[in-house]
Amino acid sequence: MNRGFTFMNRNELVYLAILAAFILVVLPLGLDIFRLNLFGKYLTYAFVAMGLVLCWGMGGILSLGQGVFFGLGGYCMAMFLKLEASTPEATKIQSTPGIPDFMDWNQLTALPWFWEPFHSLPFTLLAIIGVPVILAFIIGVAMFKRRVGGVYFAIITQAIAAILTILIIGRQGYTGGVNGITDLRTLLGWDIRTDEAKYILYFVNAFLLIGALLLAQFIRRCKLGGLLVAMRDQEDRVRFSGYDVANLKIFVFCLAAALSGIGGAMFTLQVGFMSPSFVGIVPSIEMVIFCAVGGRLSLFGAVYGSLLVNWAKTSFSEVFPELWLFAMGGLFIAVVLAFPAGLAGLYKTHLEPRITALLARRGSTSPPDTASMPAGTATKPAE
Amino acid sequence: MFSGYTLGELGSILAMQGFAGLILFSVFVLMALGLAIIFGQMNVINMAHGEFMILGAYVTYLCSLFFQEYLPALFSVSFFVAMILAFIASGALGMFVEWALIRHLYKRPLDTLLATWGLSLVLQQSYRSIFGAREVGVTLPDWLLGAIDLTDFIQIPINGIFVMVLTALITVAVYFLMFRSSWGKQVRAVVQNRVMAGAVGINTERTDRMTFGIGCGIAGVAGSAFTMIGSTGPTAGQLYIVDTFLVVVFGGAASLLGTIASAFTISQAQSTIEFFMSGSMAKVITLLTVVGILMLRPQGLFTLKIRR
Repeated sequence: MNRGFTFMNRNELVYLAILAAFILVVLPLGLDIFRLNLFGKYLTYAFVAMGLVLCWGMGGILSLGQGVFFGLGGYCMAMFLKLEASTPEATKIQSTPGIPDFMDWNQLTALPWFWEPFHSLPFTLLAIIGVPVILAFIIGVAMFKRRVGGVYFAIITQAIAAILTILIIGRQGYTGGVNGITDLRTLLGWDIRTDEAKYILYFVNAFLLIGALLLAQFIRRCKLGGLLVAMRDQEDRVRFSGYDVANLKIFVFCLAAALSGIGGAMFTLQVGFMSPSFVGIVPSIEMVIFCAVGGRLSLFGAVYGSLLVNWAKTSFSEVFPELWLFAMGGLFIAVVLAFPAGLAGLYKTHLEPRITALLARRGSTSPPDTASMPAGTATKPAE
Repeated sequence: MFSGYTLGELGSILAMQGFAGLILFSVFVLMALGLAIIFGQMNVINMAHGEFMILGAYVTYLCSLFFQEYLPALFSVSFFVAMILAFIASGALGMFVEWALIRHLYKRPLDTLLATWGLSLVLQQSYRSIFGAREVGVTLPDWLLGAIDLTDFIQIPINGIFVMVLTALITVAVYFLMFRSSWGKQVRAVVQNRVMAGAVGINTERTDRMTFGIGCGIAGVAGSAFTMIGSTGPTAGQLYIVDTFLVVVFGGAASLLGTIASAFTISQAQSTIEFFMSGSMAKVITLLTVVGILMLRPQGLFTLKIRR
């Protein structure tokens, strides 16, 4: 690694510009507010997919429980909004005014203790990142310090997703049960259901996403990113070189959890409710497929993958609801068998050389791109 | 939570719940045996295992319809025919899947997880298109209905006993197949060192296909047994897949004894707690305990003492 630190090479700057133009200009101008809101929802999944690129694509840790962190972030936001919507005036027909409606339906007479801090917005914002990170940290320490990895880690994270879903559905007095937390209205008195608010939330989400992308890109490019790839391919060598592999894994897993939590909170704000159907095993695996379709090694791919799969899901299930599961299942199989590096891999092997050749023929004299992908990231994961 | 019960009542409750747990245990063991072969021996994560089980359940359903319609005289033995057919159907589908999908992925265990998940979605939707979204129930022959009264409190359903005897027989058969037959030796040889196994003349491709097929076939038999205690729907298999994986991992993936012991522990714990709390909380507590123990002892309850 004798090259200097390059945050983004020229190609990646171009990709970033294209992506920014696409989500900040093209989509808002080209779509009506209903569709734009849908795309905003899809973009919240891109946070999770980017976390998975770092965690799974680079670090080789497949987590099947990202929905847990997405859901925790979303539920934190939803709890704050729900408390704001349940003022004593708004809920005076209940037998206990001032508590959320579903608690009243379940004969609760006082707010549970863990709801209390969510009256405060700063605490909520902290919790959106903090709660997923703390859970990820506990899981990570327990698993990685004991060198549990690979398949076992995937199965255990999946079990955790199952546990959380059952818990949320089972304790409906505290969590809203299977319906989730619905009927969210305002954020600090600002109505989030108007078209104007939806535009603003879309742009907040888009800028957050670009910020997250830059952060992830920074991690990819600094020494940590190189270590992650090295750890994925030759874990023992990294350990014997004196690095604490477990800490690296815990860090990247927590980071992925934090990104998912932010995505979940933005999801709640834009969609207006949160329910266990975004937490469990099925959504968690779907999030992995967003990442796999886009390309498990490419941050940009993760964003496009989330947009594409979700868009396909919405339009397919609108027109042929029965075919959707076939299409989704076929997509899983095709991605794994035929192009494990996803869309980004296809682009890299087929399209990019042609574009470069085309540019070169135009007589551009720019020097060849020396600091392209770090060694290893451009190839398929270790087989 | 124990207040309000006398000691005798408590004993009966525990016995009854214990017996209910034994039926759950049988389904777990049958599911987990197939999975332990596929996952423990071949290192393939088969997320579609539940769907193979449901295939067996649907075959049993069709078979019982057929016998009711055309051969009512032989209805009492229809269940045995159904089990054999379920084994063949699931096994054949398993061998086909191995040929089309799994054999390309042996070096990428995590990717088998994604691919078989895709397969499970396709199978679920196929069941829904063919059999409808409604759950179906199988009519049992008369001799499987009813219960034996042991005391005033304790009743033991006959189909439960039948399922358990069946489970025991299959477990013994799998044990002999894996550890006492030349075929089992071949399987274990291929798993430990594919290249060397091929060099000494084992047809590794055929061994893989047979192993996967038999694992799935056992899942089909589990489906047959499942029809006695639950109704069959397109997504019923998915409910069991996480539990089954936990059973296999908890027991120590390569150990048959561990699989049985952990299936016993998990099913008994779940059905005993279930009586005192809601079913969902029982499940949460059981799963949390298992995950907690796995964090402390990641290799599972029983491990083979071999050097990796």
